[in-house]
Amino acid sequence: MEILGLLTDGVLVSLMPINIILILIGVTLGLFIGAMPGLGSVNGVAILLPITFLVPPGSAIIFLAAIYYGAMYGGAISSITLGIPGASTAVATTFDGRPLALSGRASLALVTAAIASFIGGTVSNVLFTIFAPLLATVALAFGPPEIFALMLLAFATFVGLGGDDIPKTILSICLGLVFAAVGFDEISGAPRLVFFDITGFLHGINFLVLAIGVYGIGEMIWTIESTRGEITTTEARMSLKGIITDSKEGMRRGWKGTAIGSFLGFFVGILPAAGATPGSLMSYGVAKLMAKNPKEFGKGHPGGVAAPEAANNSASTGAMLPMLTLGIPGSPTTAILLGGMVIWGLTPGPRLFTDQPEFVWGLIGSFYISNIFALIVNLAFIPLFIWMLRMPFTVLAPLIFVLSVVGGYAATQDMHDVWLMLGFGFGAFFLRKLDYPLAPAVLAIVLGPIAEPTLRQSLLLSSGDATIFFTRPIAGPITIIAIILILLPLFKLIAGKMRRAGTTQA
Amino acid sequence: MRLAEIVTAGVLALLSIYLMWKSTELNVGYIPDEGPGGGFWPFWLSGIMLICTGLIAFNWFRRTSPPSQSTDVLLDGYGKRTLVLVGGGLLGFIALINIISMYGAMVVFLIYYLRFLGRHSWTLTAILSISIPVVFFIFFEALMRITLPKGMKFTEPFYNFLNTIIY
Repeated sequence: MEILGLLTDGVLVSLMPINIILILIGVTLGLFIGAMPGLGSVNGVAILLPITFLVPPGSAIIFLAAIYYGAMYGGAISSITLGIPGASTAVATTFDGRPLALSGRASLALVTAAIASFIGGTVSNVLFTIFAPLLATVALAFGPPEIFALMLLAFATFVGLGGDDIPKTILSICLGLVFAAVGFDEISGAPRLVFFDITGFLHGINFLVLAIGVYGIGEMIWTIESTRGEITTTEARMSLKGIITDSKEGMRRGWKGTAIGSFLGFFVGILPAAGATPGSLMSYGVAKLMAKNPKEFGKGHPGGVAAPEAANNSASTGAMLPMLTLGIPGSPTTAILLGGMVIWGLTPGPRLFTDQPEFVWGLIGSFYISNIFALIVNLAFIPLFIWMLRMPFTVLAPLIFVLSVVGGYAATQDMHDVWLMLGFGFGAFFLRKLDYPLAPAVLAIVLGPIAEPTLRQSLLLSSGDATIFFTRPIAGPITIIAIILILLPLFKLIAGKMRRAGTTQA
Repeated sequence: MRLAEIVTAGVLALLSIYLMWKSTELNVGYIPDEGPGGGFWPFWLSGIMLICTGLIAFNWFRRTSPPSQSTDVLLDGYGKRTLVLVGGGLLGFIALINIISMYGAMVVFLIYYLRFLGRHSWTLTAILSISIPVVFFIFFEALMRITLPKGMKFTEPFYNFLNTIIY
């Protein structure tokens, strides 16, 4: 019952005029960012974080969370009408959404996506409200070894479940962690990794410089280069009557997918670093597996739209759970939110619930409000969003570049960082072309300042004995899961080889 | 792609070695009663990076990673042109900031991008490349009180005049 009281207070906080306006702008921007191919929630949050310094931290995070939320809804719009996912989180939505649109049922696909997103968001919000305070209470007992073990788990998730080239993923993680170490060694106070004695490196590499460089510049150039301006849209006629009949049909045929996506998405989202993309892909797979007639999937089944859409919304809320309670982001976007919280002077972690209840519960309350707003804005303005998708990228791209350069400067007010950001942008472009995943590096530069001190404190506690991470009751299991995840691709490789050897013998 | 893959791995290997060497400026081992030294963390991480570049090179040799099998060039004519025009535009934008101020550079960059890369009409170009810097100016200087670079001295009278409006 206590939770209900806190939640009511939180909803009231998020209903304050400034917050409600920010939520409305946030979800609308998010819908647009999500719908625009080449822009996802992570790009939007990274590029727009610097301009949130205008409002108090509590409102700033509500705004950014609303963008995150809106983007999960928006991704479906371009997946269905363009056939290209608006964001990586909506890749699975194209599998059935595009065939539906091509057979003239774009409206059914869009309505199913919106309603499934809403249900996924609602289920995950309730789960979040129940689990967050519990997890925060448990996490209060965590010491340096437990926190370091969790960091290890976050990186291990990328290696084990990321699906990218393993050496490249590990390299990306290490690069981000080393960049985080530039500046001063916090423990001894000695300057460290000041490249070529350039004084600009003394204040370290701000995570935003890397995040904007990667997502605002590198990915943008990559998008411009790879799409080559060839995008065609499918018309979608919408009417109020059509929305009602479509939502009935969508729910009748897609309820199972929605249910699977809502729950599975949430739990995949909680896993450190996994986030909404694997959540939606896995939910699509499971929904297909459990369907009465799996062969209908991929040809335009509403269940195939509902499952990934419910899952990506659910996972985006799930990803906030470890961010708020443990101080460990559940996705690349929440990694940037976490970095923002540090800039705003808030220490992420379990103590936030006791020290800043208004902030935490205001944010949780805003999830419910954002979810309702996103549904309404989405359904009401689908034709407008489709119209905006025709906007030439040559108008949007320079605006994004200008925002990136100004944002990169505003974060530290040093031209050195703007140049560094451009360098990261070019580097990211080439690495992206060669299949190097870059999200792990961004996550790592945010987590580096937490991971390093906890490792060093843990080793000091144990006088240099690394078994401390295995013998403590909470840290032990987490470390072992992390190691299994890191070794998972290796097991798969060996199993695959043995199977192949088996078939050749037979 | 195949050539780019091994060259990039080589560059990253050199970077790892440089980072390892740079880390040794601080103690990279365990100091009794003090815990691991300041160079410990970056040194060993760079070491792992070096191993990873080795594995990437090994995969390149065995042709198991997609870029090492690809016969496409890393950048074809279109790609090179895009990179030079867009990347060069950004480079010019940032270089101009210290000369004609952030806002002046923004105007030049927007005109360049909208008119010459986007081939939009002069009307649209003019509307956007004037309104965007104005919105940024109001947002940053007036609302957030964050001053963006004003460039060299000759822009001073102009900004002094604008400041009398917003303050």
